[in-house]
Amino acid sequence: MTPAETTTSSGALLVLAILLPSAGILASFALGGRNAERIALGSAPLALAIALSVLAEVWRAGRPIVYAIAGLSPPLGIALRADGISAVMLVTSALIIPAAGLYARAGFATPPAERESRKAFTFWIMLQAISAALAIIFVSGDLFNLYVALELLTFAALPLACVEGRAETFAAALRYLLFALFGSIFYLLGAALLYGAFGTLDIALLAERMRPLPAVTAAAALMSAGLLAKTALFPLHLWLPPAHANAPAPASAVLSGLVVKGSFFLTLRLWFYVLPALPAVGFDAILGALGSGAVVFGSVLALMQPRLKLLIAYSTIAQIGYLFLIFPLGSGLHAWTADGWNGGLMQVLAHAFAKAAMFLAAGVLYESLGHDKIAKFSGAAKAMPMTFLTLGLGGLSLMGLPPSGGFAAKWLLLRASVASGQWVWALVLLVGGLLAAGYVYRILAPALSSDPVALKAPPRRAGEAIALSLALVAVVLGFAPESFFQLLDIGRPALATAGLP
Amino acid sequence: MSPPIIAGFVGAGLVGLGLYALIVNPEPLKKLLAFNLIGSGVFLVFGIVARRGAVGVFPFDPVPQAMVITGIVVAFAASALAVALMLRLAEESGRVTLDPDAWTKPDDGAEGP
Repeated sequence: MTPAETTTSSGALLVLAILLPSAGILASFALGGRNAERIALGSAPLALAIALSVLAEVWRAGRPIVYAIAGLSPPLGIALRADGISAVMLVTSALIIPAAGLYARAGFATPPAERESRKAFTFWIMLQAISAALAIIFVSGDLFNLYVALELLTFAALPLACVEGRAETFAAALRYLLFALFGSIFYLLGAALLYGAFGTLDIALLAERMRPLPAVTAAAALMSAGLLAKTALFPLHLWLPPAHANAPAPASAVLSGLVVKGSFFLTLRLWFYVLPALPAVGFDAILGALGSGAVVFGSVLALMQPRLKLLIAYSTIAQIGYLFLIFPLGSGLHAWTADGWNGGLMQVLAHAFAKAAMFLAAGVLYESLGHDKIAKFSGAAKAMPMTFLTLGLGGLSLMGLPPSGGFAAKWLLLRASVASGQWVWALVLLVGGLLAAGYVYRILAPALSSDPVALKAPPRRAGEAIALSLALVAVVLGFAPESFFQLLDIGRPALATAGLP
Repeated sequence: MSPPIIAGFVGAGLVGLGLYALIVNPEPLKKLLAFNLIGSGVFLVFGIVARRGAVGVFPFDPVPQAMVITGIVVAFAASALAVALMLRLAEESGRVTLDPDAWTKPDDGAEGP
């Protein structure tokens, strides 16, 4: 048994990462009106600075940084832990949320005549709530604490999905909520079984005490089923397209780019950090097979959508599918697992930026054309080249063409599947890339014709620029140096135990 | 059969019944009630875990009990949110249905009302 964990140097940064957005929510609520927007945007540079310092500290220390709340070490207390992937995800969320916020200034400003508008007030508070909930998910080291964070994330995401107040958005949000409730209650049941078996829910202690008991298999199945429903993995994806496609553009960008990654991150924590000692009973193959189903099914449905936002939402389902290939390709102790792990995480990042960019671009398009029907895009690329460049660059990453983060991700996953002899996943990657090329072509082809197009309003330059800069980040990720992958490996348990017989 | 085993079966039964109702009932309000039934089953399981974790002077392990309290608060908040959503949905549209086809317009719903 290792000695009890205590706070490491700079562990307090982790508390700050959670405290800043939480304080922002309270202050916005107390001060009201326009202040909510000011606080949400004003605290963003600070949040980014905190996230970057966490990243720098983890990189410098070469191991996870820890904060034991109130000085109590687990199992008595709750620990906050940040390893390589926590730090990278914190930075990702600190970049995408302010980008969505800046974009939303036009649509969610409090009208000049009013002191406070319900729509604006809800939006800016919930945006900060998402940032707080994600921060807890990324740094928490306790499965029950993570349950609460997961619920906070759902409760923050839901109002964003129906902030417009139209009937169909309420219906979509209700479906979203029912799926999410199913997910959280099954996660909680699994946590109860794990606590009953081992007397702790601390991730590091659980990993130490893990033994293959029947209760563990049941808990793993229950928690995974719950998390899959929240991540919208095929066949539990039904709630996602209406909820994401009907939300306003900046909300869709955050929901599709970040919120679904929250529950995926927890799935990673569960399988790679809590349960690596569980003997393979085919769970990783099941997750990989569901992911493959999502890639094919989501892409084919994306090909058939008449509206751009629905197409992008179905493409999210397909891209989430790739994430789950990390389970068959990144688990265990083999030569190829590093590739599988890195590829899966690169896909998380590339998809977050590419999808946020595409939803924002779709928002600009909708404002300018007054609709988002793909069949009526003829000639639009001439009128708004920057928006279609964004859609093209985002599409590049979705397809997995170089140079892009999506290419790096799919290349690493492909290498892992070839090296491990698991050819079937390579086939999925190739078919998925072809189908993605099909649906991206469907967006761009009509727009590039030279027909005249009537714009209802000139495109909003600032909005276009924000979307394009996110798409450029997705492209730049393709040039990630080797040291970036070393950072992702900090605190990865498979490496820590690799030396053991 | 000892009381914890009986309580365990009751908890499992509640979860099973709730899950069945959550899946087969098309009405949102009944789905919400089914979710609460699952919740009761899960909280019962936590109670058994607390009972079995008794050590020394404590007749119960206090940690699972603290978790149940949190779980109940979360489930209550979630239920309130779901009811509020249903009321708003009924207010806006006069019906409460989750059928996605009910919201699709002839022109694919590209424009909001």
